[in-house]
Amino acid sequence: MIGLSHYLAVAAALFTIGVFGIFVNRKNVIVILMSVELILLAVNINLVAFSSFLGDLVGQVFAMFVLTVAAAEAAVGLAILVVYFRNRGNIAVEDLNLMKG
Amino acid sequence: MIAVAAFYILSAIAIASAFMVVVARNPVHSVLFLILTFFTSAGLFVLLGAEFLAMLLIVVYVGAVAVLFLFVVMMLDIDFAELKAGFLTYLPFGGLIALILFGQFVMVGGAWVEKSVAAASIAAPTPAAAAVSNAEAIGRILYTDYIFLFQAAGIVLFIAMVGAIALTLRHRDGIRRQNVTAQVGRTREQGVEMTDPKPGQGVVL
Repeated sequence: MIGLSHYLAVAAALFTIGVFGIFVNRKNVIVILMSVELILLAVNINLVAFSSFLGDLVGQVFAMFVLTVAAAEAAVGLAILVVYFRNRGNIAVEDLNLMKG
Repeated sequence: MIAVAAFYILSAIAIASAFMVVVARNPVHSVLFLILTFFTSAGLFVLLGAEFLAMLLIVVYVGAVAVLFLFVVMMLDIDFAELKAGFLTYLPFGGLIALILFGQFVMVGGAWVEKSVAAASIAAPTPAAAAVSNAEAIGRILYTDYIFLFQAAGIVLFIAMVGAIALTLRHRDGIRRQNVTAQVGRTREQGVEMTDPKPGQGVVL
């Protein structure tokens, strides 16, 4: 029988893969954004699994809000990416020093 | 029995395709594997009885976010092979971090004991699936108890839309645009010229 811990294990694996993706694709912003999406997906799986196994619908409502924020984040992130590419001609993260921060 | 098999198949595909998202050489393949991950996760949501969120995942993530990624990847003219160059140098460090993180998850999971939750602490009990469908049950609490959060989510999306447009919109010079006022305000004298050409000579424009 599939229990709550099975779903949590899948979510943990997805989360770890997302973090791993951020570290190994240090130069490619697009893949970093995709890794962030994977991390948010893992969080959503956690929320829905708890919601389902505890019989509380609020988890699913909360997962919906996470989904909303993820969509907004992807839109703004990709817009910034497009503007950056227009100004610099590449998207290498290492060269992000326009603001001398 | 079928649910158990479906869980293992779906989660195996989800994890494998998530891994491919990270290591794929071509970002277009990454986006396609991301779409596969979302689809299989939607399948997991269906197994959990959250059909509405499963459909939302497909509509929002596959229909909007992943297509947006695909669009940006194909629109930008980037040498992706060069961006992939540091992959092997970062691999040991990233693998170590991932291993530590997963080890922590395993330790938390080992120490965690599943207990039944007191009925009083459940904010919105799930109604029986036979009586009320998942979408209707979510709608009932989303538009009543969580209406302000729902509105806030709308504002977040609205601001993201305005921000994305404001960032990428630019006015370029030298582009011909339609001038409706000039178009409509033309008189007959400006638009039509009556000539009387001689045979064989034609009209000088």
